[in-house]
Amino acid sequence: MALPIYASTGQKIWYYTFRVICGLVFFYLIAPIFVIIPLSFNSGDYFTYTPEMLALKKEAFSLQHYYSAFSDEWRIPLINSFKIAIPATIFSVTLGTLAAIGLTQSHVPFKKAIMAILISPMIVPLVVSGYGMTLFYAPLGNWFVNSFGMDETSVRFLRVIFAHTVLGIPFVIITVTATLASFDNSLTRAAANMGAGPVRTFFKIQMPLILPGMISGGLFAFITSFDEVVVVLFLGAAETQTLPWQMFNGLREQISLTILAVATLLIVFSVLLLVTLEFLRRRSERLRGVEMVQ
Amino acid sequence: MGDNPYVIFDHVQKSYDGKTLVVKDLNLEIQKGEFLTMLGPSGSGKTTCLMMLAGFETATYGEILLGGKAINGIPPHKRGIGMVFQNYALFPHMTVAENLSFPLEVRGMSKAVREEKVQKALDMVRMGAFGGRRPAQMSGGQQQRIAVARALVFDAELVLMDEPLGALDKQLREEMQYEIKHIHENLGVTVVYVTHDQSEALTMSDNIAVFNDGRIQQLAAPDVLYEQPDNAFVAQFIGENNTLLGDVIGFENNNAIVEAAGGIKLKALKVACGDSGQTQLSIRPERVHLGAQDENVVDAKVEELIYLGDHIRTRLTVLGNSEFVMKIPNSTKQNMPTIGETVQISWNSEDCRALDA
Ligand SMILES: Nc1ncnc2c1ncn2[C@@H]1O[C@H](COP(=O)(O)OP(=O)(O)OP(=O)(O)O)[C@@H](O)[C@H]1O
Ligand SMILES: [Mg+2]
Repeated sequence: MALPIYASTGQKIWYYTFRVICGLVFFYLIAPIFVIIPLSFNSGDYFTYTPEMLALKKEAFSLQHYYSAFSDEWRIPLINSFKIAIPATIFSVTLGTLAAIGLTQSHVPFKKAIMAILISPMIVPLVVSGYGMTLFYAPLGNWFVNSFGMDETSVRFLRVIFAHTVLGIPFVIITVTATLASFDNSLTRAAANMGAGPVRTFFKIQMPLILPGMISGGLFAFITSFDEVVVVLFLGAAETQTLPWQMFNGLREQISLTILAVATLLIVFSVLLLVTLEFLRRRSERLRGVEMVQ
Repeated sequence: MGDNPYVIFDHVQKSYDGKTLVVKDLNLEIQKGEFLTMLGPSGSGKTTCLMMLAGFETATYGEILLGGKAINGIPPHKRGIGMVFQNYALFPHMTVAENLSFPLEVRGMSKAVREEKVQKALDMVRMGAFGGRRPAQMSGGQQQRIAVARALVFDAELVLMDEPLGALDKQLREEMQYEIKHIHENLGVTVVYVTHDQSEALTMSDNIAVFNDGRIQQLAAPDVLYEQPDNAFVAQFIGENNTLLGDVIGFENNNAIVEAAGGIKLKALKVACGDSGQTQLSIRPERVHLGAQDENVVDAKVEELIYLGDHIRTRLTVLGNSEFVMKIPNSTKQNMPTIGETVQISWNSEDCRALDA
């Protein structure tokens, strides 16, 4: 949006003020994240920028915190995080997609109310739902242990996975509902006409076309689970310690700069994940050929 | 009608909201191999009928039979009916060949068989070289032909087409009409075709069902529909038509004696008029002649002459109707009337039909 030649002085002032405001907003959003990155290369053990660092002296920087980031103390939580986030994402995407499809059918009653209930985990404060989940999952977990003979550790993982699934579902519903809005229902009719049953129609026709929405939703669900600390604190135990859990404890107890190294690695990981999935999403959107039709 | 109709609509009614009937008491028989067109104005329930036949809507009342069996309880994917959707409904993430291959895959055919059938179907619509394209990379007319090929590729015995040529320009539409007709003749499939373009219906169909207000107004072959309309709606809807209003005052053999404006008595074929009361007379423009040689003779004032090469389209005021049209053949022998002149015109009583008012 370039400034047109006929712009008045007022418009010119507003034009530049607007840019400055945008810049400030970006700075406000990103600065707190970026400020920790140089700090993680600190050779000391303090959460501050030392005079040596500010003077860019070579000996002020080191990779020592990155070495400790790969020790067992951090590696096990990292593995746990994946053990929880991956199945939780799969469940969220599956259930959320099914819910979104159901909620876009014209014959389903009380759509608005059902939608509100399913979205509520996104709105209700995590402390509240976390506490509710503790009350709900404790007897459920015991029941699993007693009636199926499952071991305690697996049940603890399952509880966190289920809780994270619930937190991830709203994102999937929202993104998939958005892609379904542009989905042409005559395509499923056409498929049925050619003899394809509902299951085949879903996997061959509908799913490939709403995949971009499923991928975005899945990404949000994954990040939600991967970042989540409140529910893990409520439901988890020593076995289910995740990366955010470990960071939280680390901050509280031994204030170690390793946290910053881990955080930096997480930022890099998130950015890479986002870029990759965005690339995949664009590719599959291009395959739909939507831009060119009509 | 033959003995074993392929498709039967038996007293079918349909209501979407439980209050108003969109389809009211539909009775229709379609023979195997027939090309039947559903023709009617917008909102007359044509698509609804196709959707019930395809299984995407259920009839509120009545029964639909396919090959002698009730299909109300069979889900769409088990009906084996091919369909061309108005908006083509090609799968955008698949190439043309994959689109056509889809119904064959569903039927568990081997790759070799599929490829052969797909190529044959593409050649049939003269799109043989387009197998690798995606739908978005083709023009509307090309997508249209692919949609037709896809509906035919799996050898469905019944193919439904919902205004398949609606979006095409005149030339392409005529070309496609010919192609579809040709395919129908070659394959012997039964086609139910929906359109609101009457000339399209007349050129393509074996039979035409004229829809209005949720009912079939007349079901007949194109020539019968044009020459012997059963009621005023059909007469108006199909082709060009002149109407004159009058009152039935008596009968003579098959003819009704009708008193029109100014007390002039006309004879007309009794078709759908009552025993007395108002009637609407319907006469095709080409059945009206200049001069007093036919049975019914009236005076007419010439309002407008339009030169159309082979004939001169003439607008006249006849018995108070200023939209009366006739076609005067462009032959040198005839002396042309001039605008403002009052001439005598005439027609035979069998060419004039007394219909419901
Ligand atoms: N899903 C629906 N819910 C409610 N009413 C509907 C629905 N579909 C169609 N109708 C109504 O039913 C009537 C017949 O619709 P239909 O689509 O069968 O008309 P049509 O003859 O195909 O018209 P057109 O030539 O415009 O396509 C219309 O009055 C329409 O408003
Ligand atoms: Mg329609």
